[in-house]
Amino acid sequence: GSPEDGVSLCCPGWSWPPTPGLRLAHGTTTLAFRFRHGVIAAADTRSSCGSYVACPASCKVIPVHQHLLGTTSGTSADCATWYRVLQRELRLRELREGQLPSVASAAKLLSAMMSRYRGLDLCVATALCGWDRSGPMLFYVYSDGTRLQGNIFSVGSGSPYAYGVLDRGYRYDMSTQEAYALARCAVAHATHRDAYSGGSVDLFHVRESGWEHVSRSDACVLYMEFSGSAP
Amino acid sequence: MASRYDRAITVFSPDGHLFQVEYAQEAVKKGSTAVGIRGTNIVVLGVEKKSVAKLQDERTVRKICALDDHVCMAFAGLTADARVVINRARVECQSHKLTVEDPVTVEYITRFIATLKQKYTQSNGRRPFGISALIVGFDDDGIPRLYQTDPSGTYHAWKANAIGRSAKTVREFLEKNYTEDAIASDNEAIKLAIKALLEVVQSGGKNIELAIIRRNQPLKVTLWEAEADGSREVRSSKLT
Repeated sequence: GSPEDGVSLCCPGWSWPPTPGLRLAHGTTTLAFRFRHGVIAAADTRSSCGSYVACPASCKVIPVHQHLLGTTSGTSADCATWYRVLQRELRLRELREGQLPSVASAAKLLSAMMSRYRGLDLCVATALCGWDRSGPMLFYVYSDGTRLQGNIFSVGSGSPYAYGVLDRGYRYDMSTQEAYALARCAVAHATHRDAYSGGSVDLFHVRESGWEHVSRSDACVLYMEFSGSAP
Repeated sequence: MASRYDRAITVFSPDGHLFQVEYAQEAVKKGSTAVGIRGTNIVVLGVEKKSVAKLQDERTVRKICALDDHVCMAFAGLTADARVVINRARVECQSHKLTVEDPVTVEYITRFIATLKQKYTQSNGRRPFGISALIVGFDDDGIPRLYQTDPSGTYHAWKANAIGRSAKTVREFLEKNYTEDAIASDNEAIKLAIKALLEVVQSGGKNIELAIIRRNQPLKVTLWEAEADGSREVRSSKLT
């Protein structure tokens, strides 16, 4: 039944059986963009379950291997599971072929694996950020099998706000510091307006030498710093 | 003694032989010769074209086959077996592109063919494939490669090799004549392949077929008339 039936539920806004389109943990802001010096991945850290904050300090950027990261959005459990499967698949191929598959291959493998479960309520919306033989590379993969290459992606309930900032400030030839500032600014603005995003802002950078966790900063503090100046 | 152990190939003989595999290798030695040469910017496959019956359309006798745009192979041994292997390899080349977006590397498809051949040496009720294959091509990194597989399912990389009838003679010729100078230019590499085949083919007939892949260029197949003092190209055709 639904909450009106008087059934006591620990998670407000949750109903059983799950209605189609129910988003248990889609409340998030993640973004990734590709520029000359690599790929930037940034995300907020609030895990929400309806209007309940399940975790204020979760990490939504999952490392796959030394040169590949994934931003996660959708159902956290699905994301975690499929990333482990992807890690396994890529490691096996690395052992067989003597080299890691490209980011395009990894995205293809992930989308093919998930498209087999289409219609079964998998919800994984992820941006694969990596550096391979063709340089910095960014792919968006969704659990219905969508796979898109691009320069900028933002996923989650806060993505419209993040896109506003990103589209305004993005240039392929940015310096690394400019890129960090742009990413932090975009997520901070999204957390300011989106109720389901907040906590802190994680920032990752994938370079030629591998990925690096640049910083985790409080979202409110960041927004205060940025709100004075235009992005 | 041997006859008791060559009934089913899943059985080892007491002294460690798989007789069916060895018999398959004998079948390969009866096939027409094929030679492969890895140059600096070119890979060459040459095959001896056996003479065909008067009424037979010789263009349908194909011993060099493209597996993908950038890989091709020649074989020695049972033509029917080769057809099956080539078909499986072609399907695998496209499946690989579908799954991982990248074309196969020459080593990958060689390993696939070798694994396929090995499976047939370890299955009940099946016999090994009676072919050895020479697989050539360029990978994405631009490096030319030549691999050879045999009926047992092993594969190795080579600078130059020969399979089929009188392979030993041709290989000895190549060992003597394969030098850095000999493969310095594309034409030199082609000449080396023709000279190697001239060790075993009759000169004066249209009986050498060459396949050439240059880096970043499509495969080219040409028919040559072998003369003792030089060879001339008779006809070029696109490989289908």
